[in-house]
Amino acid sequence: MKVVLQNLTKIFPSRNKKSHETVVAVSDFSFTIPDGKLIGLLGPSGCGKSTTLYMISGLQKPTSGRIFFGDDDVTELSTENRGIGLVFQNYALYPHMTVKQNILFPLQNLKGKDKMSKEAMLDRAQHAAELVQIESLMDRKPNELSGGQQQRVAIARALVKMPRVLLLDEPLSNLDARLRLQTREEIRRIQTETGITTVFVTHDQEEAMSISDMIVVMREGVVQQIGAPQEVYDDPDNLFVAKFLGTPPINAFSGKVEGGRVFIGPDAALDAPGVPDQDVVVGIRPEGFVLDGNGPLKCRLSNVEVMGRDVSIVSTHEASLNPTIRSIINADRRLDIAQEVVRYALKPHKVFLFQKETERRIRFEVKTDG
Amino acid sequence: MVDSKQQWKAWVYLAPALVLLLVFTVWPIINTVRMAFLENYSGLKAAGGETFAFGLGNFTKVIEYRRFLNCLKNTVLLCVWTVPISTVLALLIAVALNAIKPLQKALQTIFFLPYVTNSIAIGMVFAAMFNIVGSFYGTPNEIIVTAGIVNNVIEFFGGEHVNWINYGSSYVANMTVMIVYIVWNELPFKILVLLGGLQSINRQYYDAAKVDGTSRRRVLTRITVPLLSPMLAYVVITGFIGGFKEYTSIVGIFGENMGPPDEAGRLNTMVGFIYDALSTNSQGRASAAALILFAIILVVTLVNLSVSKKRVHY
Repeated sequence: MKVVLQNLTKIFPSRNKKSHETVVAVSDFSFTIPDGKLIGLLGPSGCGKSTTLYMISGLQKPTSGRIFFGDDDVTELSTENRGIGLVFQNYALYPHMTVKQNILFPLQNLKGKDKMSKEAMLDRAQHAAELVQIESLMDRKPNELSGGQQQRVAIARALVKMPRVLLLDEPLSNLDARLRLQTREEIRRIQTETGITTVFVTHDQEEAMSISDMIVVMREGVVQQIGAPQEVYDDPDNLFVAKFLGTPPINAFSGKVEGGRVFIGPDAALDAPGVPDQDVVVGIRPEGFVLDGNGPLKCRLSNVEVMGRDVSIVSTHEASLNPTIRSIINADRRLDIAQEVVRYALKPHKVFLFQKETERRIRFEVKTDG
Repeated sequence: MVDSKQQWKAWVYLAPALVLLLVFTVWPIINTVRMAFLENYSGLKAAGGETFAFGLGNFTKVIEYRRFLNCLKNTVLLCVWTVPISTVLALLIAVALNAIKPLQKALQTIFFLPYVTNSIAIGMVFAAMFNIVGSFYGTPNEIIVTAGIVNNVIEFFGGEHVNWINYGSSYVANMTVMIVYIVWNELPFKILVLLGGLQSINRQYYDAAKVDGTSRRRVLTRITVPLLSPMLAYVVITGFIGGFKEYTSIVGIFGENMGPPDEAGRLNTMVGFIYDALSTNSQGRASAAALILFAIILVVTLVNLSVSKKRVHY
């Protein structure tokens, strides 16, 4: 089931009644979620991603704009009639019911022609439990389960009705690091197996990048960029997106373009043919640095962190907008820690230029030989 | 742990409370048990130097009293009617209050007002509402000035006025008035407790129920009530304990007569029986009745607890 969001806008009235200020949670969001894909809504807290999810679910009504499931306009449809499954951030499992009763609950609510026989319901519940691999826990209460198991139960409860769209609100935020890794793969597996169009919300870019077919990066209610994770990472539209994606984060420098060359401080670091002269912000991915004794970018070395496969070199530069510059270099290259200055050459396709005022990307042609 | 050398200090700090508890709680309890098992104990006679034999005479006497059995019946009936009615009403009102946004605080305050009002005063108001003012009532020459607000309402809807509490009124009518009055009196506390419980239920359970298309009725019975069960158990248990100690409400409506003018003592309760025994200087009998009341409350509470263990979640 494809989901179409058309100029979706949500404005919350101000909490303070006297001031008539309003909060625009989501502004003019248009996007077609392709059928059967896993979509990650990504952004810092307060960016409107959860509001978007709740508007798709029907728990919140959009101020304007429309939502379609397939060709059906569901904007005015109430939550229970939309055929969605929703997994809440803290799962919202009914604490007084066993796992089985929790999973059966949505089915027992069905009325009229949808009403199911007891056997059919048990069958469906069993099937959902098997899908998330909790069939041995059916008689436990939620408080006897670990966080990861509760998460699975919540997913099973959402899936048991065979929803047209599955929505997950921060599905991994309540899990510890190891479980998070495991569960995100699990979510991907379940999504692939069921083929249900799935939208999930997260503030963790790694989470979104690792399992999504497409990510939507949002900031203050406005969509910044939509695309496949790798595309967005490799080709960010603006400085915010570039900064938000990637760990360690991108290194930003204040610089300028003069005569088709990019200057970081006094050093001409890179050629940028065809870019008019202007002040810019230069973003360099940590993996965009190459150790080079004659490299154009001279940084003051402060620290080297060994990470096994790679080393992370921490250095400083007067033009850097961050306190430190972090580069990631293959551990094969030895670096003399005693030296004061480290010189880098840059990989042009890992370097992004942004207009200083608007923070928009300035694209330039990269010579393929790098 | 407190250093053993410092322990005396702890005792000093505790002393004021301990002394008060010993004098006003522990000693009376011990004394009650002692008096209950001394045959025909009377404080007055004891002061005159009389001694009493040890035995169960007080208990057998109490149980043989027809008045006592009547008191027991009244008390049990009041409990059995008022606790479920007030609990269900309180639950519905609390759920309704919780569901509305405007005026919630104002209505909450209004519902809580009876709790801070003197129950004798409320009783007098209720008595006035049910009272028929007139003379020669029930005779061919009867003159009715007013039949009371409640009867006025009944008459407005075309019914016959009922003799609720006056001369010649029936036991059923008397009990109905008492049940209405006690339920009304019990409501505020229960609403308050249940509303507090409701407001501590995570909203997401209701969102989840909404996503699952749960009907309102099922939300109430399958989600709200179970999640509220600890609070419900609390109001039921305290309701029964309070119900067995019912006394002032009867006084509030019928006065110390404890019944309509022609049937004094008809609505007397266990506590009323104990007071009566005390006022005739039969402390032995009063103590025995108090112990019987204690035993009943204990058993009922234990039953309540064992039921709620099965029904109360978490």
